[in-house]
Amino acid sequence: MIPTLAVLVPLLPLAGWVASGLWGGRLGRQAVAVIACGTVGAAFLAAALLFWQVRGAGDRSPIDLYQWIGAGGVRVAFRLLVDPLSVAMALVVSGVGFLIHVFSVGYMAKDPAIGRYFAYLNLFMAAMLTIVLAGNLVVMFIGWEGVGLCSYLLIAFWFTRPAAARAGVTALLVTRLGDVGFLLGIFLAFGIFGTTDFSVLTAEAGRTLALGGGTATALALLLFAGAVGKSAQLPLHIWLPDAMEGPTPVSALIHAATMVTAGVYMIVRLHAVFLRSPLAMDVIASVGAITAIFAAASALVEPDLKRVLAYSTISQVGYMFLAVGVGAFGAGIFHLTSHAFFKALLFLAAGSVMHALGGETDMRRLGGLARRLPRTAAAFAVGALALAGIPPLSGFFSKDLILSDAFRVHPWLWAVGVAAAGLTAIYIVRAFAMTFLGASVGGGDRMAHDPPPVMDTPMWILVGLTAVGGALGWSFTHPGALERYLLPVTTAGGKAPLPIPGPPAEEWALVGTSLLVAAGGIAVAWLMYVRRTLRVGFGPLAGLLRHQFYIEDAYAAAIVAPARAMARAAAATDTSVIDAAVTGIARGIGRAGQALRGLETGYLRHYAAFVLIGALLILVFWVMR
Amino acid sequence: MGALLFAIVACAALAGGVGVVAARQSVYSALALLLVLGSLAVDYLLLDAQFIAVLQVIIYAGAIVVLFVFIIMLLHVRSGEEPRVRMVLPPLPAALLCGAFGVVMLTAVTRPTLAPASMGVAFGTVQEVGRALFSRYLLPFEAASVVLLIGMIGAVALGRRLSTGGDR
Amino acid sequence: MAVPAPYHLALSALLFTLGMVGVLVRRSALIVFMSIELMLNAVNLSFVTFARVRGSIDGQLLVFFILVVAAAEVVIGLAIIVDIFRSRETVDIDEANLLRG
Repeated sequence: MIPTLAVLVPLLPLAGWVASGLWGGRLGRQAVAVIACGTVGAAFLAAALLFWQVRGAGDRSPIDLYQWIGAGGVRVAFRLLVDPLSVAMALVVSGVGFLIHVFSVGYMAKDPAIGRYFAYLNLFMAAMLTIVLAGNLVVMFIGWEGVGLCSYLLIAFWFTRPAAARAGVTALLVTRLGDVGFLLGIFLAFGIFGTTDFSVLTAEAGRTLALGGGTATALALLLFAGAVGKSAQLPLHIWLPDAMEGPTPVSALIHAATMVTAGVYMIVRLHAVFLRSPLAMDVIASVGAITAIFAAASALVEPDLKRVLAYSTISQVGYMFLAVGVGAFGAGIFHLTSHAFFKALLFLAAGSVMHALGGETDMRRLGGLARRLPRTAAAFAVGALALAGIPPLSGFFSKDLILSDAFRVHPWLWAVGVAAAGLTAIYIVRAFAMTFLGASVGGGDRMAHDPPPVMDTPMWILVGLTAVGGALGWSFTHPGALERYLLPVTTAGGKAPLPIPGPPAEEWALVGTSLLVAAGGIAVAWLMYVRRTLRVGFGPLAGLLRHQFYIEDAYAAAIVAPARAMARAAAATDTSVIDAAVTGIARGIGRAGQALRGLETGYLRHYAAFVLIGALLILVFWVMR
Repeated sequence: MGALLFAIVACAALAGGVGVVAARQSVYSALALLLVLGSLAVDYLLLDAQFIAVLQVIIYAGAIVVLFVFIIMLLHVRSGEEPRVRMVLPPLPAALLCGAFGVVMLTAVTRPTLAPASMGVAFGTVQEVGRALFSRYLLPFEAASVVLLIGMIGAVALGRRLSTGGDR
Repeated sequence: MAVPAPYHLALSALLFTLGMVGVLVRRSALIVFMSIELMLNAVNLSFVTFARVRGSIDGQLLVFFILVVAAAEVVIGLAIIVDIFRSRETVDIDEANLLRG
């Protein structure tokens, strides 16, 4: 039963991709939509059945589909792994994915290329589910590359727009950089362990890798590099804001709920390896924390609604890395789940706004939409509060779990996280205020209205999940439901340096601090953007923020410009040297032909003379012999 | 006796040859050609080729030269060529070239010693030639008649004027 | 054979050379033609000589055929020259350079 279900989960969307891709044109919009949503929905059901089967703690089933690579000493099986972690991830991915597919039916209703869209979306789901259900690094890498490809295809979906095409290429190339590290890590793992099988790695890491040793650190950091690329952390974060050129449901699915979290999942999966290198763990946590605050700051001055959400994603994923970096694997997955809910909700709400206003995303041209789109405004508000960390929404529980765990390991990480939380509250309230409150600026909202049920319903389902999702991790003093479910997995790699929860008083103090910061942030933002009584100039910081700390410019100068120069040199060499040689030969032959033309004088006497010369030569030759 | 005859013949032939090449008027060239052909016919007799000698006189001297003269008359051709500024082929190098050719040829032909074979009395007679012509060389003979036919047809076709006047 | 073969052959060579000079140097088409006939005759002479030397009648037969072909050739050639003369009023072969490439 389990193996069949496990295979069905990624296979169903794959079949949907084939069907939509090959026959989408002939099947028509309705059929394509049904196929796409149907396959993902069926995958979700399969995942749910798997969950029911695996509920018994400690159940893990590796499933070998077939012996894929068998070359000499290298044996790689196409292996899936079903255990609480993969099932949980599968549920989140397929569930949220299903809701977004349904939303897309309404959002993309007028787009002529809807068949291609759903084909790619299904392919993405198949690849993501492969990552989640993979049993070894190689199979995971297949899905890894698959989501990267689909990310490119979907970002550049409207490829006739140059901005979209460029964004797609940027995404692919930047994540490629990370993927190189990931691949090297896979090779290294192979070299060390002789296999990339997760069960083996988890069991053997403790024995094979010296604690704090160079090998462990190298392996951990290489694998982390892949995560940095895919999850858009510093310094490989630049592609995510640009990726907002794609359709909004794509941003919701790929860049909020699933692909960017693949890195987190990978680290949790291989936590046994990461635990062997405290240095790498610190690096991961630090990168996560710094990214969190940096992205939050960038969101503060961003005028585009979707880009604000993009930076928000970067920031929140930073939180997840912060969590796994301090060993709080369960907390990281919990935040991953709750973030999936409220971030997808926020994106879908933004999508409803765009749908109503014909694609407008610049918040300076929005405003006062709460009147026209009350349901959307309410949904966005719920998502915003969750993001800011207001109880009883899920965001509060997951973020706080991370912060309290961080405090126990490195207090300064906690401080950065709290600061970022404050900025988070400010920027999301700012976004809400600029979009929904105040006077209507653009004037293009005459016809604006709340979205139709096909788009509205998924949004409100997510609202519900955001509201009750906190139940997954309610308690601070004991591991929450999700954590307990994942415990056999997260502790299989050796004892995590993870905090036994501290004294309740300390816990409540920490919770209180975050609540205060969140409320304070909301208040500040309210005063700044709604009441407009508070004027906070960012001063010199504004320039830095507006240019995202000039990181993109640094990239352009250090990497892009030399690469372009090299490309130009190569092109020049091609035309002047190689082409010249080839056309030179051709022209030389032409010139020789021209020269030979001179012999065709047209004068009989010249011809006669030539014959004579020839005969003379032959004669001489004969006489000489 | 034979040597003397040959000496005369040779001189005549060479003189005629020079005359053909050098004469200012085409008619004189034609007459010089006639001299050459006649001398050669005598030379053929010296070489026991009676039939060929007669044919030479009949065909070459009797028909071809006549044809030449006719055409010269028809075209009123003066061979006084106006001096041209630009020489297509400068005469001196051309002559030198030919001279070189001639020298090589001479060395080629004078080197080997060729002893004449013995042969019967009937060598070179009409019967002898005829016998070979109609046995071994029958096919070329027939082909030759076709060639002549073609020549005749061609000449008539080329010489025709269209009724609309002008050239074809 | 009263006169040894090489003498006849030498005469043939000289006549051939003279004909060659005529072809290359003279401008009138008729003179060129006549020079060509001169060359043909030189070759005829050498054929006959060799027939005598080898005692084979084949050489003379070849001369026979050369005669036939020369006759046909002269006929056609003169017809062409007449044709060219009609359109160009000249038999200067340097004027017939339309085939220049």
